[in-house]
Amino acid sequence: MYAIDLHNIRKVYKGGVEALKGISLQVQEGDFYALLGPNGAGKSTTIGIISSLVNKSAGQVSVFGYDLDTQLELAKSQIGLVPQEFNFNQFEAPLQILVNQAGYYGVKRKEAFIRAEKYLKQLDLWDKRAEPSRELSGGMKRRLMIARALMHEPRLLILDEPTAGVDIEMRRSMWKFLQKLNAQGVTIILTTHYLEEAEMLCRNIGIIDKGNLVENTSMKKLLARLDSEIFILDIDPPAQLPSSDRFKITQLDERTLEVEVNKRQSLNTVFAELSAQAIRVNSLRNKANRLEELFIELVEKGNIHDK
Amino acid sequence: MINSAYLIALKSIWIKEISRFLRIWIQTLVPPVITMSLYFVIFGNLIGSRIGEMSGFSYMSFIVPGLIMMSVITNSYSNVASSFFSAKFQRNVEELLVAPVPNYIIIWGYVGGGVVRGLMVGFMVTCVSLFFVDLQIFNLFVLVLSVICTAILFSIGGLLNAIFARTFDDISIIPTFVLTPLTYLGGVFYSISLLPDFWQGVSHFNPVFYMINAFRYGFLGIADVSLVWSFTVIGLFIVLLYGLVLLLLRKGVGIRT
Repeated sequence: MYAIDLHNIRKVYKGGVEALKGISLQVQEGDFYALLGPNGAGKSTTIGIISSLVNKSAGQVSVFGYDLDTQLELAKSQIGLVPQEFNFNQFEAPLQILVNQAGYYGVKRKEAFIRAEKYLKQLDLWDKRAEPSRELSGGMKRRLMIARALMHEPRLLILDEPTAGVDIEMRRSMWKFLQKLNAQGVTIILTTHYLEEAEMLCRNIGIIDKGNLVENTSMKKLLARLDSEIFILDIDPPAQLPSSDRFKITQLDERTLEVEVNKRQSLNTVFAELSAQAIRVNSLRNKANRLEELFIELVEKGNIHDK
Repeated sequence: MINSAYLIALKSIWIKEISRFLRIWIQTLVPPVITMSLYFVIFGNLIGSRIGEMSGFSYMSFIVPGLIMMSVITNSYSNVASSFFSAKFQRNVEELLVAPVPNYIIIWGYVGGGVVRGLMVGFMVTCVSLFFVDLQIFNLFVLVLSVICTAILFSIGGLLNAIFARTFDDISIIPTFVLTPLTYLGGVFYSISLLPDFWQGVSHFNPVFYMINAFRYGFLGIADVSLVWSFTVIGLFIVLLYGLVLLLLRKGVGIRT
């Protein structure tokens, strides 16, 4: 079953700006799906339409088979939304926010308190449950919105840049939390600017650019399209400049080399060649995130194909 | 979603709304009581004692129902207007919009909060009035019905204001330029029978006049127009404004892009 089935969605804002130009997209139940795209590409509009915060101009949306036009309330009850901007009452305490939110979904107050305690503890917010939420840190506010979205135990969780402005330690603990949720069967759709995040978490990926869906494929297939990868090698200072007929080698400074290796070549060959030239490699790392390279290739260089 | 779930949602909005105005009681409950106490002292005691009787009652007894009603109108209106606009401003109205809550539940949720605040303030003002006048109740049913209907009507009015409001200024314009004149000219301080014929006619276009009229009847048993006509007008305004607000929410005016 599709968790989300978008068919030919269009959105024209007042003033004539066409934010979405007929997007069709399906996300399988249980998937961890990344929706990427540059700023203003239409990601948040797409999420807004799915969660019924934005009125679509045309097209059909169904959530777990419930049509947004004819079965709105059933469709809404399947979704938990974590928006990009903080959108809770800054004067209310986290516990109050969560319990009320559960109430809007018909969860009885007694059960709502039990769930609120569970999620506040899981997301490390229990100690802050009675403080005005405006006093929480940025990371805590993001986690509060995740807890709020889970209060009615949705089958689909949509996160619009959930880790924006969150430090790396906190980001990693949020990733772990989301992976656990996904393993429990919750379908997750994520938009993010941290492509490392998408590569690490998501199985499938869609890329939106200028209101069009320019990619919709599995992460593996997309990454397999990379022809080459660039590695940075830390070396002992060589006696002479290393060279190779098979690899493109650039010496960045006395102790650093940049080596481009294509898909058909192996790193063993690189090491063998450098060893033959008496160059000792101390460590190695990727120059950039692989998905980032593809993303830039697809979007910025205009090497895209409309579907 | 079955009906019991709607009731839980409605109760949640009420709890949220009532806790909101109780949390800031110093801004929401105390000022109207102080203002009305001043009205009682100045208009009722000091000036009223020189005015003499109005419609067969002491001036103080005459204005007390109007002043209570005035505080109910102002507080039920401003509670919903400021709460819903704040929810739009902070975007926490989205909590309701993404949830499977029908628009009519959202309306009655906010209206419920406004009604409770209006009635609570009205009750407190009534208690203060006991220091100045021996209140009599002529018809409790009419009194309760009129005050509840008025609180409902002006709560819906406040919601309508908040739906259209884009800035905090927008939620103070209507109370200042429309609500206050209508209330003052609705017969709080005088019987419209004192007015020349023309202005008596004009007063009949003022909905607040019918509310004060019915409420005063509940206390004193006197009315400038018939009760049936008063409740018909109030009922019509409730239906009209409710229908309008429901339509606006369905279209997403002011809340959805």
